[in-house]
Amino acid sequence: MSEGDLLHVVASDNIGPTRRTLGLALIWGSPTVLGLVALAQTLQAWAGFDFGFTNWRPTLYAYVLYAGCLCWGQVLVKGEQGKRILFVLPAALFVVSLTVFPLLFGLVIAFSDWNLSSLDGRQFNGVANLVQMWHDPFYWNALTNMVWYVLAILPEYVVAFALALMLNADIRGQKFFRVAFLMPLMLSPVAVSWMIGKSMMETRFGPLANLMKHLGWEEPSFFSSPWIAKSTMMLMDAWTFIPFMMIMILAGLQAIPKELQEAARVDGASGWRSFWEVTFPLMLPVSITAVLIRLIFKLKLADIVITVTSGGPGGATDTVTSFIFREYRDRSNVGYGTMLAMVYLVIIIVAMTLLMKAADRYMKSSY
Amino acid sequence: MTTQIFRDSAADRNFRAKWWTGRVVIYGLLIFWAIVALFPIYWTMTTSFKMAPDVMKGSLVPWWDFTPKWLGWKSLGLSPGTIFEQSTVRGEFLRRFYNSVVISVSSSLLAVALGSLAAYGLSRFSYKFLWMKNADISFFFLSQLILPPVVLALPFLVLYRELALLDTQIGLILLYTLSVLPIVIWIMRDQFAGIPTELEEAAMVDGQTIWGAYLTIILPIALPGMMAALILSLVLTWNEYFFAALLTSTYANTLPVMVASQTGSQGISWWSMAALSFAAILPLIIIGIGLERFIIKGMAAGAVK
Repeated sequence: MSEGDLLHVVASDNIGPTRRTLGLALIWGSPTVLGLVALAQTLQAWAGFDFGFTNWRPTLYAYVLYAGCLCWGQVLVKGEQGKRILFVLPAALFVVSLTVFPLLFGLVIAFSDWNLSSLDGRQFNGVANLVQMWHDPFYWNALTNMVWYVLAILPEYVVAFALALMLNADIRGQKFFRVAFLMPLMLSPVAVSWMIGKSMMETRFGPLANLMKHLGWEEPSFFSSPWIAKSTMMLMDAWTFIPFMMIMILAGLQAIPKELQEAARVDGASGWRSFWEVTFPLMLPVSITAVLIRLIFKLKLADIVITVTSGGPGGATDTVTSFIFREYRDRSNVGYGTMLAMVYLVIIIVAMTLLMKAADRYMKSSY
Repeated sequence: MTTQIFRDSAADRNFRAKWWTGRVVIYGLLIFWAIVALFPIYWTMTTSFKMAPDVMKGSLVPWWDFTPKWLGWKSLGLSPGTIFEQSTVRGEFLRRFYNSVVISVSSSLLAVALGSLAAYGLSRFSYKFLWMKNADISFFFLSQLILPPVVLALPFLVLYRELALLDTQIGLILLYTLSVLPIVIWIMRDQFAGIPTELEEAAMVDGQTIWGAYLTIILPIALPGMMAALILSLVLTWNEYFFAALLTSTYANTLPVMVASQTGSQGISWWSMAALSFAAILPLIIIGIGLERFIIKGMAAGAVK
C-alpha cells in the first residue's frame, strides 16, 4: 500500500471557537461521564455502596456514548481532516473494544483459579494454571493432533489444485461443476457432521459403510480406532474446505495470460513440463496465500469434532478448541481454559510470524 | 465413387486418440468429484422422506426402491398435512430460524458497513496513529483473522455475564461482526484499490464533500464487491456454531445449536433429523446456486493482486 494521500483534498475549514470548544467538550466530557459511571459501579461492586445497579450495562452505555462523542468530536475539532479519520475510526474502535479489552481481561482470568459453578469466585493463583497445563497430557495430545490436522492441508492442496486445473480446462458444463464443487463450503459444519459423520457413516446401513463393505472392509467403523477416527475427521474437514482453496487457485489460474502457455507449447514443452515450469511457478504466490488462509481456518477446527466424536476415542480426534470447549462445558473451569487458550494463541502467533517471514523471504529470493 | 485422398497421418490419429482419452479422464474425474460433493446433500434430502425400514435397508432412489413419505417433515410440523396445525416443534424451529436470520443478516450488514468505510479510508488517505501508519493499521485489522475464537470465548462469556448480554441476539451480533470484519476489509480494500481516484476528484470539484463523493459515486461502483463481502459474511455467520453454543442457552439459540442438540440424543429418528438438517442448509444451497459468482468473486479477491 502506497503512503501519502492518493486523494488530495483542499478544503478551507473555518472552525469557529464555539465549534472547537464544543468538540473538545465532547472529546473530554464523555470519558469523564464514562469514568464516573465506571467508578460508581466499581464502588458498588467492591466497596459496598448501593447505587441500584443490577449489572454493568450502564458502563457499557457510557462507553458507547464515549465512542460516539469521540467520532463526532473529531469532525468538530479537525474539520476535513476529522472527516477522513471518521472513515477508519468506527471500525478501529469496534475492533479494539472487542478484542483488546477482552484479551487483557482474559490475561487476568488466565492467572486465576475461577470455577464459574463454585461460589468462591475468582482467586489469583499465579502460575498454577501453567504448571497444571505442563502436566496435562490431554492438552499436549490436542496440540499434537493439531500438528497432524495441519499436515493434512498438503494433500488437500494437491486435490484442490487438481480440481482447479480441471475446472480451468476447456470443458462443457463449467458452471454446473463450479456450483457443485462449491457446495460443501456453503453448508453448516454442524449439519455436515450429522449428514456425513452420523448418518452416512452409520455402521449398519449408512451408504458409506455399505460402500466400504463392498470394497472389502468387513466391519466398517469410522470412529473406533484412533488413527481411523483422526483420518475420518481430516477427510470430513477436507470435504468442507477443499472448495475454498480450489476457488482461490482457480482465480489465480484464470489470471495467467494464455500467451505464456501457448509460448511454452510452441517451444515444444509437453503438458506435464509446461505445468511444472510455467503454470506452477506462476501460481506460487496464490498458492501460498491460499494455504496460509486455509491454515488459519484449520487452526479454528472444532465444530465437527465437538458434534461428531467430542474428542474421542481417548482424545484421538481432539483439537485444542474442542478440548477447551469441553473443559468449560464439563468443569466450568474458566481460569484454566483461558490459560490454555492464551498459550495456544502465543504458539499460533509465533508459528504464523515465522511462516510468513519464511514465505516472504522465499518469494523475494525467487523473483 | 469418392475415394478419400487426404488421410490423417498416424501421428494425427494417435493425437486424436490421446485427446479422447484425456476428455474421458477429465469428465470422469469431474463427475466423480461432483458426486462426492453432492451426494451427502442428496442423501439428507431423500432420508427426510424415508420411513424406518427404508433407512435400515439403505434405500437410495425414491419411487424406485422406496416410496417417499412426509414422515420427517411431519415431525417438524412442516409437511402439507401439518402446516396449518399447532406444532411446538415447528414453533421451536421457526424461532431458531428467525434468530439465525436476524443475527447473520444484521452482523453481516454491520461488518460490511464498518469494513468498507475502513477499507475506503485506508485506500485513499494516509493515517498516522501513534507509531502506526496505513500498512500497520491494515495489518492490525487483518491480523484479527488469526485470533482463534477459543481465545475470546471465555473472556466474553464472563464479560457478557456481567453485562447481561449472555443469551441475547445483540451479544452474538457483536461477536459475529468482529469475526467477519477482517474478511470484509480484505475484500473491500481490493475493490477500492481498483477504482481510480479521479472519480472522487471530479465529484469534489463539482462541490461534493468527501462523504458525499463516497456515498454517491464510489458506493454504487463498489456494490458488486460489497455484495460478495456480504454474502461471504452471511455464509460464515449462518454456519457459526462455537460462539452460539457457548453464549446462548434458551432465547438466542441459532439453527446450528438446535441441530447439534438433536444429534446428541440416542434413539434418534433419522427422518426428522434429516429434515431438520436439510431445512438448516437449504437457504445456503439456494444462495450458493443463485449467487455463486459473488462468492467466487469474494474469495478470489484476496488471491489475485
